[in-house]
Amino acid sequence: MAASTIPLERTRRLRLPFNPWHLVLIPATIVLIFPFAWLLITSVETSSEALRFPPILLPHHLDFGNYPAALDAAPFTRFFINSTVVAVSTVVCNLVLCSAAGYAFARFRFLGGGLMFALIMATLMVPFQVTMIPQYIITKWIGVNVLAGAGINHIGSLILPNAATAFGVFFLRQFFRTLPIEYEEAARVDGASRLTVLWRVVLPLSGPALSTLAALTFLDSWNNFLWPLIAINQTNQMTVPLGLATFQGAHSTEWTLLMAGNVMSLIPMMVIFFAAQRYFIRSVAATGLAGT
Amino acid sequence: MKMADQLTAWGFITPGVAVILLFGVAPIVWSAVMSLQRNNLFSPNTPFVGLANYRQMVHDPIVAQAIEHTVVYTALFVPGTMLVGLFLAVAMNRKIRFINVYRTAAYATMAISTISEALVFIWLFDPSYGIVNYLFSKVGIAQQPFLNSPSQALYVIVIMTIWGWTGFAVVIYLAALQGIPKTLTEAAAIDGAGRWATFRRITLPLLSPASLFLVVWLTINALQLFDEVYLSTQGGPLNSTTVLVYYLYQQAFGGANFNFGYASAIAYFLFLVIIVVTALQFRVGRRLVHYRS
Repeated sequence: MAASTIPLERTRRLRLPFNPWHLVLIPATIVLIFPFAWLLITSVETSSEALRFPPILLPHHLDFGNYPAALDAAPFTRFFINSTVVAVSTVVCNLVLCSAAGYAFARFRFLGGGLMFALIMATLMVPFQVTMIPQYIITKWIGVNVLAGAGINHIGSLILPNAATAFGVFFLRQFFRTLPIEYEEAARVDGASRLTVLWRVVLPLSGPALSTLAALTFLDSWNNFLWPLIAINQTNQMTVPLGLATFQGAHSTEWTLLMAGNVMSLIPMMVIFFAAQRYFIRSVAATGLAGT
Repeated sequence: MKMADQLTAWGFITPGVAVILLFGVAPIVWSAVMSLQRNNLFSPNTPFVGLANYRQMVHDPIVAQAIEHTVVYTALFVPGTMLVGLFLAVAMNRKIRFINVYRTAAYATMAISTISEALVFIWLFDPSYGIVNYLFSKVGIAQQPFLNSPSQALYVIVIMTIWGWTGFAVVIYLAALQGIPKTLTEAAAIDGAGRWATFRRITLPLLSPASLFLVVWLTINALQLFDEVYLSTQGGPLNSTTVLVYYLYQQAFGGANFNFGYASAIAYFLFLVIIVVTALQFRVGRRLVHYRS
């Protein structure tokens, strides 16, 4: 900041061979990256190297033994499969259910539509803590009386309550209303059903909105912790964050093992995030711009 | 409207709306009712007790502590995250070499879950073997107990969560900065405004909608802090990191109490706080925020 207040003529004389902002950005980047780097370094140390003070900044040789050891201690592959199933199913359900409902709220006038929409909107501001206890009771009841697969201690209980969200319905309704209605009317005149219009005309025009909703839903689902913590206590049904927390509880001082487990649990999300970085960034930015 | 069209409309909304009514709307009413009942594992039925749960909150010393910790945490986390985010976004809002590397480093914090983040930070801040204490010893600061200390643990949680939200704040501010037309800042420069004056008088006011969004969004999330506390301190040492949601969780699911009535009352109190704080922020914000027409 100080550099920018120096009068113009002096900056000319002090010209650096590179942009001075690098002097700010390089240390900032080191601070941002350091936790990741330290995590990786610890994960390839032997436990005697990790428990040494002063710490060893670079291990003499890489010991990858912590990874198979962590896999033996906790089923990380299982956690990863569970998280993937939950996140993908949640995204698909949201895209289908929210676009159908959002489209009806955007374009149809029907009895009770206003009331239903108002009820859904009322839930937008409510924090999860308010609904979580009844959600637990309802989920338990469903598991016993309706469908065991959607009950407590089954990953279905992580999908069903989030299969459609008020945010998704609202977000898509707002988007659908910005589309020109003429295409839809033309298709109707040609005899297309409402469902065909949604599927063949509206959704193909909604790529950006659908990918935004997909990206946000995926991140939310993958990182969700409080609800899985309440709903699941059986190891083979745990998602990655819950499995990692349980693993930490059981091995709280075995740092090399913990960090190897931690690396394995964050790599899949990192890969997905960077592969689709543009979508994720645009989606997060969109929530900010929509909110302003 | 024709009957068939009515049915079509309801056919479209029913699956999604049913899920939201069952898991979103009904629980709001249900937990309001529960907050007026004595409802735990030990009472065979659930008698209505009026506002007894809310009265119990007033006399519960841990609730008072939890409120204090939540307020302190929010008051540090929200401005901290915004300042870090603003500073980095301004620094990154230029086309220089390696800029994508710098930006990606900030974005990466968004891809890490709260649990992974907390697990890394308790290792960084480990009192005996942690690298932070090593760096402290290098510059002559005594070793600190960090998460083992009632007077330091909450601040460590502030630091780890600011790091975890940096990417989010950078994305929001960077998007807003890129929406500012260059002509405005150039015009100010031609009129003789220095860079700092341009930033203060042009850029910052134009960023105010993004700032308002961040204040509201980060505050709502800060008031609901749970994951990091659960993983790193479990509310300790000596309740020094017990925040409202952690206490609520403990009452409902933590022990063997299943104290659903009392926990629902705490949840409703939190809800009320969020509504009031958000409304106040928007009210104050409306006076301070400049929207471009």
